[in-house]
This record gives sequence, C-alpha cells and structure tokens, in this order.
Amino acid sequence: MTINRREFLRNSAAAAAAATGAETFASTAGAQEEAINVAGIHDLSGGLDIYGKPMVDALTLAVEEANAAGGLLGRQIKLINYDPQSNMQLYTQFAQQAALKDKVAVVHGGITSASREVIRPVLDRFKTLYFYNTQYEGGVCDRDQFDTGVTPAQTVEKLVPYAMKKWGKKVYVIAADYNYGQITSQWVKKYVTENGGEVSSIDFFPLDVTNFGSTISKIQAAKPDFVWSALVGGAHISFYRQWAAAGMRTSIPMASTTFAVGNEHIVLSPEECNGMLICYNYFQDLKNPTNQAFVARFLKRFGADYPNITELAMGTYQGFGLWAEGVKKAKSVDRLKAIEALETGIRIDAPSGAVTIDPPTHHCILDVHIAEVKDKKLNVLEDFPQQKPSDTAASCNLIKNPNDNQQYVIKI
Amino acid sequence: MDLTALLAIQVLYAIASLALISVGLAIIFGMMRVINLAHGEFLMLGGYAAIVATNHGISIWIAMLVVAPIVVGIIGVVVERTIIRFLYGRMIDTMLATWGLSLFLVGMTTVIFGNTTVGISAPLGSFQIGAYRSSAYTLFVIAAAVVILAGVFAVLRWTRLGLIARGTMQNADMAAALGVNPPRVYAVTFGIGAALSGLAGGVLAPVSGVFPTIGVAYVAKSFITVIGGGAAILSGTASASALFGSINQVATYVTTPVFGEVALLAAAIILIRLLPQGITGRFFLGGM
Repeated sequence: MTINRREFLRNSAAAAAAATGAETFASTAGAQEEAINVAGIHDLSGGLDIYGKPMVDALTLAVEEANAAGGLLGRQIKLINYDPQSNMQLYTQFAQQAALKDKVAVVHGGITSASREVIRPVLDRFKTLYFYNTQYEGGVCDRDQFDTGVTPAQTVEKLVPYAMKKWGKKVYVIAADYNYGQITSQWVKKYVTENGGEVSSIDFFPLDVTNFGSTISKIQAAKPDFVWSALVGGAHISFYRQWAAAGMRTSIPMASTTFAVGNEHIVLSPEECNGMLICYNYFQDLKNPTNQAFVARFLKRFGADYPNITELAMGTYQGFGLWAEGVKKAKSVDRLKAIEALETGIRIDAPSGAVTIDPPTHHCILDVHIAEVKDKKLNVLEDFPQQKPSDTAASCNLIKNPNDNQQYVIKI
Repeated sequence: MDLTALLAIQVLYAIASLALISVGLAIIFGMMRVINLAHGEFLMLGGYAAIVATNHGISIWIAMLVVAPIVVGIIGVVVERTIIRFLYGRMIDTMLATWGLSLFLVGMTTVIFGNTTVGISAPLGSFQIGAYRSSAYTLFVIAAAVVILAGVFAVLRWTRLGLIARGTMQNADMAAALGVNPPRVYAVTFGIGAALSGLAGGVLAPVSGVFPTIGVAYVAKSFITVIGGGAAILSGTASASALFGSINQVATYVTTPVFGEVALLAAAIILIRLLPQGITGRFFLGGM
C-alpha cells in the first residue's frame, strides 16, 4: 500500500478535527448537567506566593463548604486552580484557558494590580465574569468585574490621620514600582496633605530590589516623623530587616498598606516589626461569632498550626460568597444575569462583618480596622464600621454608564 | 558631614557586595574560562546552607563562614566531575549545560524549601555616626570582602597550590608534562570558585533573604563585573566592583534605586565599548 503525503495529511487532519469536535461536544454536554466550573488564578510560586497560598486555601474552603451544603442551584462546583508563578504572561494564558477551555462561570484571582490589568481585558473580551478579591489602589470601573477588596478611601483615609496624630506630620513614602504603589502613594500624599501634613519624598522600588541601604540613609537625612510602606512581595521584606538592623525601627515608626498581608509579621522577628500600624478589612482575631466559627472551620481544614488567615484570604472567601449569593438570586450562572443580581446590592454576613456590593462601583461596603503589629500578632486598635468605596465612587457609576471600562486614577 | 560618612560606607558596601558575588565567578569564568550560568544558584545555595544551618542551632558565624562555603564547594566539585569536565573548551555547550543546571537547582530548591523568601536577622546591631545610624553588619560585609580578596590573592600568589593552578590554566599540557594532574587541578579550582560563591551567598543572606530564584538578581551583575574587570581576575574584579559599585550607589542616592541599576548597566556598556578587554586590559597590566 502506498500512501501519498497529501492524502496522509488530509486524512490525519480530518481525524484530528473529528477528535477535537467530539471532545468539545462532550465537555459542553457534560458542563450543562454536571458541575459549575469556577477558576482561581493565584500565584502559588515566585515572589508573590506569600500572598497566593492563603487565597487559594480560602477559595478551596469556600467551594468545599458550598458543595457540602448541596452545591449551587443544585449543581456541584468544580474549582480549577491555576498557578501563574508570579509571571504576567501566564496570567494571560490561564485567563484565556479558563474562559475558552474550561468555560468557567466566574474567575476569582489576580493578586497584584499589574496581574489584574493583564487578565481584565482578556475576561472582558471573552465575556467571563471576574472577581478581583485583593485590597488595592481603587478606581477600576468595569461592569464585568467586581472588586471585593478595600481601597484607599476605606483604609488610607483612616490610617493617615491616626498615624499623624500619634507620630507627627512629616511622612516619607516608600512603595513598590508598579501601578499599585504608584497610585496608592498618591492617595497617601492626598490624605497627608488634607490632614495638614507633608510628604517629604516618595521612593519607588522594583519588585526584585533587595538592597535598601542608600534609601535608609536618605530617609534618615529627611528626618520624617514616620515612614509609610507600600512595599510588595518577598524581596521587599529585606527592607524591614535592614531598617531594623540599622536601629531605625525604634527611632522612626512605620505605617503600611501592605504589611502583614503576606504574613510578613510572622516571617520577621518581633524586634523587626513591632509597633507598625496597618489598616484592613479582616483580622483573624476579630471577635464576632461568624468569624470565630469560620476560624475554627479553617483551622480544622488546614491544620491548627496555620500561620494566619490573611486579609487577602478573607477577601477571596468573601468574594466567592458574594458571587454565590448573586447566582442564587439570579437562579442562573449566566454572566449578565449574575451581574444584574449582584447589582441589586447583594449582602452577606461574612467573618469580617457585613459585606455589601455597592452597585454603582462594583466595589464593597465593609468594616475596616486599624491594628498594630505586636509580637507576631495583629492587635486591633480601632474599628470603622461599614466604609463606602468613596474613592472609586467619585468617578465611577456603572448604573449610569454600564459601558464604562477603565481604571480611574487619582490626580493631584 | 555625618551623612557623607554614612554615604561613603554605603558606597563601600555596594563595592564590597559586588566584589563578593563576583569573586567566585572570577575564578570559574576568569581563570578557567567556564561560562557558569549557574553562578547565581551557587550563591543561592550558599544562602540556603547558611540559613538552614542557623535554624538548626549552629552559630550564625559558623553557618555563614564555614558551612556555606563547604556545602557549595562540595556541590561545585560534584558538578565539575559530572558535567563540566566533559565540556572544557566547548563554550556554547558549557553555557547550555550550566543553564540547565541553574534551572535544575532552582527547581530542586523550590521543591525542598518552597518558593518563599526565608531569611535570618543580621547580627551585630547598629552603629551611629553623629545623628545617623546604620547596620553594623554593613561593616562586616565590607571587611569580609577585603579579607576574601586578600586571601585569594595570597593563595594564588604565594602558595604552591596557586602557582600550580595558574600554570595549569595557562598551559595544561605543559603542566601535565611537569607532573601535574590537570583534571584534579581543574576540579579543585572549580570547587574553590564554587566555595567562594557559597561563602558570598552565606554572607549576603541576612541582608537580602533567600528564595530559589534570587540567583537571577546576582548572575548578571557578577558577569558584568568580571567581564568589566578583564583578564587579571583579582585586580580586575576589585577595580570593576569599585567603579560599578560607586556609580550604582551614588546614582541610587541622588535619584532612585531603579536609576541606580540603569546607571550601573550604562556604565558597563560604555566601559566595554572603550575598553573591550576590560579595565585590566589597559590598566594594572601584569597584575593578578
């Protein structure tokens, strides 16, 4: 038998097409009566893994609990986790895979604002609902997306006057060099100025910088009353080490919008970070029955020696809870129906307190707390109930302009 | 005035850390002409060795100064015997092999230690100059760099081992004809280069912390320093570190750390354009 090359190619192409066709058919048919696919895209390796691990654990627990309670709309939920390895290219790839191959009902994920801006257009294009559950710089205005984390008007606005009252009016800002740090530092400057203070300098650092020696000298020369850190990731932890090693921790105090989100307060020794002020939505020690029950379930699932349930883990848990409520209300996992249901102002009683979707901004109204780092613990000092995302609300109204799709950036 | 003194220390520190991360490569690449792309991973392994040893209750000084170089030195000898020795004189193949080795080491450490930054606190506390404070560990790093460079110089210049090593690198056949066993000399030299990298990794671990991919941050800078230094490995490494370190640190202080890195790289490009043979291709001729 002789096979000519052209014929061989034609036959094998036909066979391949038949095979893919069959597979696609099988997976769509299966998805309709079987599980609801939900994707999580969180860095489990690379410099950002300090944030990703607790987020994935929280999402896993949320899905397991929903499934144990009978699933959603009578269907089980299948969680598909992707690890983009702190690499932005993989974010694009996995977002496409989640939207096109897995045909997920929702994507939860993205940690840095850079990664969010990488996957947001992809998920917009493929009409896939997207939940970004990280505390961030605010301003994203996109009907396809919900942002369940706290933003500067909820945290920086509270922490700046608190720290200025305690320490003084002159602030030195150090921040990670990408959109999160750039924008957040402008918010810090705005609130410091509004409270009658002065920002003496804002310094930015790429995520892989580990030597902060000259910056520490510069800060000493500037003699601020306190330092504001918006540093991000594993490499930047060495700033706190070098700061303490230079004997500065005791002479110039520090406040932060990022510290402890990656459990830095456990990685570092108490001598390196005691006294730092932070402000978030969630702390593991919050005293309310919902939270105490949640912490017990979490520790039972992931081990009693779990270091700390972070702000981002809770954001992810609550983000999933909000989405699930929206789906229940819509009685459908369809993207638009779920968005419309969520835009009725879905509210859940979460471990951090009541969390309500703010319909015009797709952000959340929630409690925030100021806390102090003390001996590897985060001690809550002051509570601010039910804070609105007023920063994003100043420029974004998705009820009036549903087709708006951009990130509003603060201008000073 | 106090600030100037503090800045001078920072500049010395930048020079010292460049010299530290480069001295192992200066021996492996500068002397042996092996393009070791796994150099950053040797530093990373030194860091892990120091931190693991410290966490097991060994004194931090012994962990950094003894355990780290020994562990990485042994790894270096194993690598030389199993991979590098088949590839002498085959530059591209060596690059591929050591690049593969670098990926392998990153993967292995990720599996063993996880992809998280681990660190130890720097010992020694702080010191004060007028109104300014800085970490006393900075001074230790500077001293360590000086002692290590001096030590390498002394061994190469005044010991039989150094003479044999230099001779073998210059002309292996002639050395063999005079009764030296070149493969053994290569293995020992490579091991010493690796050990010095491990030592540097250990000394820098308390400053920077360690994670599996930290080698990437080191490898480019060490190659730039060694190539910028040129043929004479010690005076070359020292002078290139001095040049690049000061430029980096001054630019960092005047502007931002980002620009400091840019200034370092720009200086390296200009230097190689003006002095293609490196600094010691024109100055310090006949040095070592």
